Amino acid sequence: MTQNKQKTAGPRMMAAEAELKGLMLAALDGDSASHRTLLNRLSSRLRAYYKSKLARVGKGASEAEDLVQEAVVAIHIKRHTYDPTDPFTPWVYAIARHKLIDFLRRTRRSFVDVPLDEADEAMACDDYIGVESSYDIRRLMQRLPETIKCSMEAVKLDGLSIAEAAKRCGLSESGVKVNIHRGLKTLAALMAQEVRL
Amino acid sequence: MKTDDLIAALSAHVEPVNRRLVGRRIAVAIALGTVLTLAVILAGLGIRADLATGRAVIFLLLKIAFAAGIVALASVYLIRLARPGGERRISSGWAMIPFAGILLLAAISLGQAPSRHWEAMVMGDEWLECLLSIPIIAIVPFAAVIAAVRTAAPTNLVWTGAFVGLVSGGISAMAYALHCTDDTLPFVAIWYGGTIVLCTLAGAILGPRLLRW
Repeated sequence: MTQNKQKTAGPRMMAAEAELKGLMLAALDGDSASHRTLLNRLSSRLRAYYKSKLARVGKGASEAEDLVQEAVVAIHIKRHTYDPTDPFTPWVYAIARHKLIDFLRRTRRSFVDVPLDEADEAMACDDYIGVESSYDIRRLMQRLPETIKCSMEAVKLDGLSIAEAAKRCGLSESGVKVNIHRGLKTLAALMAQEVRL
Repeated sequence: MKTDDLIAALSAHVEPVNRRLVGRRIAVAIALGTVLTLAVILAGLGIRADLATGRAVIFLLLKIAFAAGIVALASVYLIRLARPGGERRISSGWAMIPFAGILLLAAISLGQAPSRHWEAMVMGDEWLECLLSIPIIAIVPFAAVIAAVRTAAPTNLVWTGAFVGLVSGGISAMAYALHCTDDTLPFVAIWYGGTIVLCTLAGAILGPRLLRW
């Protein structure tokens, strides 16, 4: 398999930090386009990070993609924990490493020491070659309670507005928002359970 | 599932986020935990009856100052620890200052007293009640603060759990001081300090289980 990796240098790392932080701040203000761009940029970095770490324990691209998706969901759900007065890259790296340690514990049933790298270096490479993860989001969502499933499917998969989703599911608009928030958290937990062997 | 599809789903209708949520939720939980703990002390043990005497008031204030100092310092670190990577931005030594202070005062107090009084000064009348009450009552603020920290994203669960325990032990000791009539510095240092350390250790053990995300 070909890998499309780019090593970034010092000034480029700082430029990347400034760009990602700008996207994050816009995303925190509710800008969906920035949020999407941010998660796309981060996913290529996470992919490079996880592939290099998992290669050492004999796991491949599919497991790496599972982890990329777990981390992306975690970044989304936990985005309120980013303090805008702090640099952004170390925050992302801390989540990425946390998810890696959690994954290794789950799948190997033993503690694995993950060395603490410099956040800038650990997050410096891009890898755009994604494979499909083992998660089937529609199947996982079957396990959610009905109103939560309806809200999630309407807004996240079918692209309806909050108002349209409220109408379809027979809920208030704030009810749909609460359901989506709960649903994402449950979904993140279900994803983690899938690979708990 | 393709990661691009997941990202598209996550990015549909992104809500604005309150950036002060982590600190505010933990602060509210600490305040709520304190109120509930006071209610437990008032209803369960009652306030000491001798608060008319100057010595009783001075010792009550001293115990509260010791415990409140711990709660204040530990809360600042806990709010940092609740964010990803926060463990790289704390120097836990500062949280030891109230302990060092009370141990120093206790040592001075013992040094000035004849050694035949030492046992009474250290053991007091109700050391067992103190030993049991502070950790048991600490469960109340512990539950409130753990619930708040769970909505954040700590990445060092042992340290974060320890600081939740430290805050909770401090709150519990602060409230127990209203009931406790043992008024010597060595008693406060050993039994208040010791039980708060116990709460911290319990938090460190429970943290990885309760705070997983």
